[in-house]
Amino acid sequence: MLDSLARLGRVGLAILASLGRAHLLLVGILRGLPSMLVRPRLLLAQIYGVGVLSLLIIVVSGLFVGMVLGLQGYYVLSQFGAAESLGVMVAASLVRELGPVVTALLFAGRAGSALTAEIGLMKATEQLSGLEMMAVDPVKRVLTPRFFAGLISMPLLAALFSAIGVIGGWFVGVGLLGIDDGAFWGQMQNKIDFDEDLVNGVIKSLVFGLVVTWIALYEGYDATPTSAGVSRATTRTVVQSALAILGLDFILTALMFGG
Amino acid sequence: MARIRLSEILVGVFMALGFVALFFLAMRVSNLSTAATGEGYNLTAKFDNIGSLRVRAPVTMAGVRLGRVEAIDFDQETFQALVTLRIEDRYDQIPTDTFANIFTAGLLGEQYIGLDPGGSPEVLGDGDRIEFTQSALVLEQMIGQFLLSKAEEGGE
Amino acid sequence: MATAQSKQASVTLPREERSGMTDEQMLAKVRGLRFYHGDRCIFDGIDLDIQRGRITAIMGPSGTGKTTLLKLISGQLHADAGTVEVDGQSIQELSRDALYQLRIRMGMLFQSGALLTDLNVFENVAFPIREHAKLPESVLRKLVLIKLEAVGLRGAAALMPSQLSGGMARRVALARAIALDPMMIMYDEPFTGQDPISMGVLVSLIRQLNDASEMTSIIVSHDVTETTSIADYLYIIANGKIMAEGTPQEVAANESDWVRQFMQGEPDGPVHYHYPAQTLEQDLLQSVCH
Repeated sequence: MLDSLARLGRVGLAILASLGRAHLLLVGILRGLPSMLVRPRLLLAQIYGVGVLSLLIIVVSGLFVGMVLGLQGYYVLSQFGAAESLGVMVAASLVRELGPVVTALLFAGRAGSALTAEIGLMKATEQLSGLEMMAVDPVKRVLTPRFFAGLISMPLLAALFSAIGVIGGWFVGVGLLGIDDGAFWGQMQNKIDFDEDLVNGVIKSLVFGLVVTWIALYEGYDATPTSAGVSRATTRTVVQSALAILGLDFILTALMFGG
Repeated sequence: MARIRLSEILVGVFMALGFVALFFLAMRVSNLSTAATGEGYNLTAKFDNIGSLRVRAPVTMAGVRLGRVEAIDFDQETFQALVTLRIEDRYDQIPTDTFANIFTAGLLGEQYIGLDPGGSPEVLGDGDRIEFTQSALVLEQMIGQFLLSKAEEGGE
Repeated sequence: MATAQSKQASVTLPREERSGMTDEQMLAKVRGLRFYHGDRCIFDGIDLDIQRGRITAIMGPSGTGKTTLLKLISGQLHADAGTVEVDGQSIQELSRDALYQLRIRMGMLFQSGALLTDLNVFENVAFPIREHAKLPESVLRKLVLIKLEAVGLRGAAALMPSQLSGGMARRVALARAIALDPMMIMYDEPFTGQDPISMGVLVSLIRQLNDASEMTSIIVSHDVTETTSIADYLYIIANGKIMAEGTPQEVAANESDWVRQFMQGEPDGPVHYHYPAQTLEQDLLQSVCH
């Protein structure tokens, strides 16, 4: 009994210590911002790795999610004789929820795991110690550009996902199922509010981008520098990111749309 | 060097695509293009009951959207709802004896303000008040009245 | 006979000098160093003197914390007790910025090479120069090519690290370590996992670099033959203590069984072949009982 309590306590303390290290790392990363701004090329290279290479999976998934929403939405809405509202349904679900959330999940799988593996392997192959011995701060030099690349890429990817999804829904609804084009766009414009829906969606995707990149970098930097350690860290990145995204999505939705 | 240049171009393309997508969502999907804020003049109207009218609800005349509800306040002296309407500048010929109704789009839809033009030669300007108003129809009241009249019929 | 005697005398001379050695002659000074890894004691009070312009080798069996010692000297780890001084500055008391300033003047060759895998050989060597000196591109190019020429790999400038053999990667790492002309360079197991040819190349490179540019070198290694062939002074560490020190000849002449076993590479001696365990009979019986 006491043993299990002690074990619980140890786990709790370990989690707290880990959280503390993660926050210290974030502070270190943010401190690197001025030196990164002097050399924007570093950031550029990372936006390529984090953003551009995630483009394909985001565009394809966005298209299919939009098309499925179009089909399912049409099926449900036509039962109430409200098929013209398909545009509203597709756009609202994408802009408010699916865009940021699904993009963040894909982003964690595509870019987050890659970041963790890269940083973890750099640690395992002594590249990070090597930088430190060359009097270059590995946090500022390696982690900061990756962090801001994630922060910048995520909202753009989410916007692309939503936009492509709306077009996919439009293709199914208007192109295949014969809903009136004007009604599709007109109802959408009437109901989707710029401040309430779009801005909140962008805020969500920013928060998710921050959290996913942060988790990925921390797990890589904190990984045990062995093959098994890096693979464990990569798994943890994906699992923790997914949980964080869904949990935060609930909280953010409650704050934004609940009140 | 060629590889660096290519990645630079691709990053540029990526950022441009992202901003185009944001612009598309803003202008085509959301109401940013229709809700031209800033431009326009304000009218006020007092209603006994506004039902579930919300800020940003459309203000229409003959089915055409002229503006939107800017603010909803409560007048503590008359115990009425004080609604501020924002009308676009180009619609500046609204007569002073115009009638403001609160309608419902469809049976259970959103509520909006419909204006019925009067015959006065004088027009409303910024800050003027629409005198004639008709409250929202509240479903419960309607059902109540309906049942009452039925009961009276039965009583006779 | 007389020549042999005088040689013996000249060999022992630095040892006598050492006691009276001034701080000027010493680049690094370690005093009473203690370091614990968790509950395990890695170093239990160690004194080291690293002389300027010499090659000092620190040897010992694997797992005695030789790499840890380099990390302590370079300030990547903090000692639990004792002092580490490099060039008159106490490593533990330096601020982060001052430590980084000092590290610009220290080079380190990692066991794995630690080359940045996303940059080619040229960019890897150019990396510390780009970070710490603002040089025009043409000067930088010449400097990098000179450093690569020194390790014989100018022709490999455009290759990526993944295309290099282990020995080549270590030589590139060496070129990178000397890119900023450091006052001191630390080699972490430079000879492990090398074929005889690249081993020979590395041995002569380390000697040449040390003599040509008056650099101070610290070698951490357990390869007895190669290390003794180039080192000016040896420390042998085991069980957290210094077991022997002196010139290679002195250490070779050391009477202690332990040192002899290590230097000659005998399989059994004071250090047992078997990891501590209960007797074999007990172990086998136990497995039957289960």
